Amino acid sequence: MSKTALIIKREFFAKVRNKSFIVMTFLSPLLFVGIAVFVGYLSTMKAEKKTIAVHDESGLFFSEFKNTDEYHYLDASKTNLSVLKDSIINESYEGLLAIPKSDNTNVWQNKIEYISNDSPSVTFIEDIEDVINQKLTTQNYIHNNLDTLAIKKSKSDVSIHLQKATGEEALKGLNEIKIAIGGAFGYLIMMFIVIYGNMVMRSVIEEKVSRIIEVIISSVKPFQLMMGKIIGTSLAGILQFLIWAFLGITAMFILSSVFGVQMGTTSGVQSQQAIEAAKSTMNSDMQMYIKELWNLPIATIIISFIIYFIGGYFLYSSFYAAIGAAVDNETDSQQFLLPIIMPLILGVYIGFFTVINDPHGTIATVFSMIPLTSPIVMLMRIPFGVPAWQIIVSMVLLFATFFLVVWFASKIYRVGILMYGKKPTWKEMIKWMKY
Amino acid sequence: MNNILEANQVVKQYGDYTALNHVSLSVPKGSIYGLLGPNGAGKTSLIRIINQITMPDSGEVILDGEKLNPAHIQMIGYMPEERGLYKTMKVGEQCLYLAQLKGLSKQEAKNQLKYWFEKLEIEGWWNKKIQELSKGMAQKVQFIVTVLHKPKLLILDEPFSGFDPVNANLIKDEIMELNKQGTSIIFSTHRMESVEEMCDYIALIHKSNKLIEGKLTDVKKQYRTNTYEVGVLSGNIEGLMYDLTQKFTLTQTDFKSLNDELKLDINLGNATPNELLNILIQRGQVTHFVEKIPSVNDIFIKTVSEK
Repeated sequence: MSKTALIIKREFFAKVRNKSFIVMTFLSPLLFVGIAVFVGYLSTMKAEKKTIAVHDESGLFFSEFKNTDEYHYLDASKTNLSVLKDSIINESYEGLLAIPKSDNTNVWQNKIEYISNDSPSVTFIEDIEDVINQKLTTQNYIHNNLDTLAIKKSKSDVSIHLQKATGEEALKGLNEIKIAIGGAFGYLIMMFIVIYGNMVMRSVIEEKVSRIIEVIISSVKPFQLMMGKIIGTSLAGILQFLIWAFLGITAMFILSSVFGVQMGTTSGVQSQQAIEAAKSTMNSDMQMYIKELWNLPIATIIISFIIYFIGGYFLYSSFYAAIGAAVDNETDSQQFLLPIIMPLILGVYIGFFTVINDPHGTIATVFSMIPLTSPIVMLMRIPFGVPAWQIIVSMVLLFATFFLVVWFASKIYRVGILMYGKKPTWKEMIKWMKY
Repeated sequence: MNNILEANQVVKQYGDYTALNHVSLSVPKGSIYGLLGPNGAGKTSLIRIINQITMPDSGEVILDGEKLNPAHIQMIGYMPEERGLYKTMKVGEQCLYLAQLKGLSKQEAKNQLKYWFEKLEIEGWWNKKIQELSKGMAQKVQFIVTVLHKPKLLILDEPFSGFDPVNANLIKDEIMELNKQGTSIIFSTHRMESVEEMCDYIALIHKSNKLIEGKLTDVKKQYRTNTYEVGVLSGNIEGLMYDLTQKFTLTQTDFKSLNDELKLDINLGNATPNELLNILIQRGQVTHFVEKIPSVNDIFIKTVSEK
């Protein structure tokens, strides 16, 4: 077995046998599901019921307010306003809606008050305003002798249908789906780089701190050690992702079969038809979405994902390895890590804000060429259809930079692993390249 | 070719700092060669060049008749001063890994390991992690890792640090045995008594330059001062002192003895020991008469402080 292969093997097993790796691999999906369930539970939790006293001198509006799960409206038109205000201070009611008597719409528009000790939510106020507006508008129609029924009838509700030049029907929200797919892959690459890049760095620091480094590099070249470490760690990472994917698919399979069975047995004959009907309307939409998804350049997406994954991960983990070699402990690494994490975050932001609005605009195109951001940004662009030459240029740039960076990183690495005791500066690290 | 290692005019610079300034050495085959020098003298730089961890800026190193090349890595066993093993890796696995990195096949490595584990009586450690071992125990493992691939040249940097006297002796015996079997050994240390005891050649490096090199006895001859340590019982000390000061330089000294005699260091200058003895015998009873041989420690301190 070649020495590099030996190193890859050791690094792989050192990572995989580590307790924290095993715990992370099997616990984090549970944690993930747990958090999702918890958030879901929180969102279903009902808020405390709040009573709103309505002091409606006109008597026109109270009947328009419908009680909801959250808000209960109480007719307090007969009670004295100052008494009501006192009870707000005593917190008997959540709030007081005071509508004065008037014949003039303009007065109403500006004189209605909401009194509360707590600041109300924006949606709540907007809801109240809607109710009052609607009532007032209708009042105005009547006041001006307009036929309210005719007005209702003449209201229109436009829904624009999207179509491609080929005549195929297009779907709304497809952009969101595309960015979601590209974004998922891009985000995956970023997470992988941050997690496993850090692991590479920690493993370099560990060898340095435990001083085994000198024993090892009297047997192998520093470059072999660095590459072996990067590859071995990435294999452990890929294994972890594969396990997660396997667990996820298994869980989905189990869940769907369990729920499928339940659906068949519990639904009665009457609802069966309703379900069928719902299914058929949903199906036509779903089918179109699924068709659209199949029309995405799936092969291109997957192949480029693999290539950008390899290129991006190797590029960044060489940085991480060089940083690990330059410092004596993890605390010192922070100042060097920031410039590395910045382009990654930038890539994700550009992806989610720029690419979705203008997938082929200048900014998106430029950042999908720059090697430090291209693995993320280009992957987000690909579902929107990117000309092949752009992908090729971007990949060539990425791998050219990768070789350059590996070369420099291995120089810093070679010197750094034997340097102890002082925190290097950027200037010194550049000097090391010349040794 | 009688030298296992030759360094010719080796220069190594780190930026503006010169770590090795035209250093030449020859280490004879089968010798135990003491590489001495104060901290920061350039010993480690030289050792790293021999191990091909770094490259010299100029000059060349010849190992066993050939210019240094990657194949030589297998011929050298190197134990750095700062010991290190993977803390969370099991002893056996770790040794196998390091041996394979040195080019042994897995089977060979296993056989060798079995031999050494039995020899140093540590068979029970195979499945222990390094972090469970004491420092001295880890040192034993480190020693095994260093010698496992039967190197022709062993480079040991402070090999006895961290060992208790019993284990230090055990390791010393192993080193001597390996030497007897033909392994050449370069020994970098500050412990002068072990140099005195084990080395037959020494070199002294100071401030990036080689100052002394040669056979230990030759170096000592070069540094001898023709001074004798003398003990004499005499009824007439004043007369004796008068006679001696006429011809020699004296200094009071002390050494262990059972008599209450006059103890002196006498520098003979150009005279012979017999001339001194004649005077001593005339004036009293000679109880002690030894040439003061310069210790490696003396030579080291003298040379280093002169420069």
